[in-house]
Amino acid sequence: MSQQTADVAWPVTDGTRVPFEIYTSQDVFDREQERIFRGPLWNYVALEAEIPAPGDFKTSFVGDTPVVVSRAQDGGVHVFVNRCAHRGATVQRQAWGNTKEHRCVYHQWCYDRRGDLISVPYRRANMPIGGYAPDFDMTAHGLRKLHVASRKGVIFATFDPAAPSLEEFLEEPLLDAIDRLFSREVRVLGHMRQRIHGNWKLYVENTRDPYHAALLHGFHATFGTYRSNQKGFRGHDRARAHSAGGKYGDDFAKPATAETVGDDNYISGYSLSDPSLMEGRPDFNDNINLAITSIFPSVVVQQIMNTLATRHIRPKAPDEFELYWTYFGYADDDAETTAARLKQANLVGPAGLISMEDGEAVELIQRAIVRDGKDCAFLEFGPVNADPDQDTQGEDAVRAFWRYYQGIMV
Amino acid sequence: MNVAPDIYNAILALEYRYARLLDDDRLEEWPELFVERGVYKVIPRENWHREPKLAILFCDSRAMMLDRVRSLRTANIYNIHYPRHVVTNVEVIATRGDEYDVAAAFTVYQTDLEGQTKLFSVGQYLDVITFAEGEPRFREKLAICDTFNIPNLLAIPL
Repeated sequence: MSQQTADVAWPVTDGTRVPFEIYTSQDVFDREQERIFRGPLWNYVALEAEIPAPGDFKTSFVGDTPVVVSRAQDGGVHVFVNRCAHRGATVQRQAWGNTKEHRCVYHQWCYDRRGDLISVPYRRANMPIGGYAPDFDMTAHGLRKLHVASRKGVIFATFDPAAPSLEEFLEEPLLDAIDRLFSREVRVLGHMRQRIHGNWKLYVENTRDPYHAALLHGFHATFGTYRSNQKGFRGHDRARAHSAGGKYGDDFAKPATAETVGDDNYISGYSLSDPSLMEGRPDFNDNINLAITSIFPSVVVQQIMNTLATRHIRPKAPDEFELYWTYFGYADDDAETTAARLKQANLVGPAGLISMEDGEAVELIQRAIVRDGKDCAFLEFGPVNADPDQDTQGEDAVRAFWRYYQGIMV
Repeated sequence: MNVAPDIYNAILALEYRYARLLDDDRLEEWPELFVERGVYKVIPRENWHREPKLAILFCDSRAMMLDRVRSLRTANIYNIHYPRHVVTNVEVIATRGDEYDVAAAFTVYQTDLEGQTKLFSVGQYLDVITFAEGEPRFREKLAICDTFNIPNLLAIPL
């Protein structure tokens, strides 16, 4: 059975074949903006810890649409499109800050912290200055608002009033993953950004693909911090839009031995000259040292040892997206714990010792698929009909994602 | 500020040598330009004015720099390229005994295997250079990138 997405044909619908055009087509990109980023899905936009006080704001994106995430006087969080209702100019030009109002510099239209229009210059006619008609309705000219939901301080927004509740959208394993990482008040430590010249869905796949982990990322194996006998776990929603996966591990500062790595062939005999990089204390008592929660379409929430971050996927074009990392710790971290997190930031992000390869893998694909758009990626690693919660190493989660994607795009 | 010409020239030579070692792929020698407990950080400009100043690359010992180099050599996969570090605007900001605070601008280009060159990163170095061991060495080198939206990834140090 085949079906179409925009003008892209899927030779099979089970997710085992992905036509390359799906990563390159402008039509597909435009339809994604409409069906996915403006559809009945929830988009991550920011953490509440980034805008703790009334008047705090930061600019963000829903798909490629610029938005402002703002905290109002009553503490409520509002998300509105960062585009003046008058002429379409960017209203808030700062990346973040605190303000009483959001004022467009072009003609001084002024909005409050909820995105409502509160003043326009020369509203009343005073010839020769024009003015607006007496029935000009200020309430009809606010900034376009999104619906907002927050789970433990993780802010999501949607354009679609028909979206299910955030809890229905995420379902249990994802909610549990968020609740676990955000069980305590968080403190944002900073941001990292990388501009990857590849299609955003290549990253969505990457974060659902355990097959590549030990094969592409060589750091753990090379330095003996890898544990081949680590038990994995995997969870997902019923629609399989999302994926929550991870690994249990022992003390990650302990050097690898034959006992802890088993028959692993990748072990090089190297160890770190300065092992302080791996010194940290577990944040949780559940023995999980790797948790990658990939929430479609816009965010990956991660714990890798003591590194905690959200990775916001911001599509810019069919062949370009920004990966925006918000790196955090907990408000009650002591100085030593914060120092460990700052040092372990070496492991993740654009210069991450265990993660820098992902950006390169995405670009390697994008560079090679410029032609032959009807040709397909081949995704049959791991039994195609295996129990997804049992097959924690195969490509099942990637195939499931593509089935879900076809369902909303076709 | 005014410093003796031989001091300034020694500082310049250190800055240029730093660039040359990286551009000539002599990464193993790169840590030798630092003191044993030297600090090297790459800090996105958007984090620079906030606390803490989160770095995307952070070494606080020569050993840690060597680990980074060994990881690049044996473990990491990154875009194959030739880097070119251009160091300019070298200025001594302050002195404390045999220690000098030095600011400089950097521009780093990357040339791929097709011979295409792209601007990769622009920013400034804020260095603490010590002459305590006779030869000047970095006690601290902060690379603060204006280009805080890293094109793809950062492998070779800035």
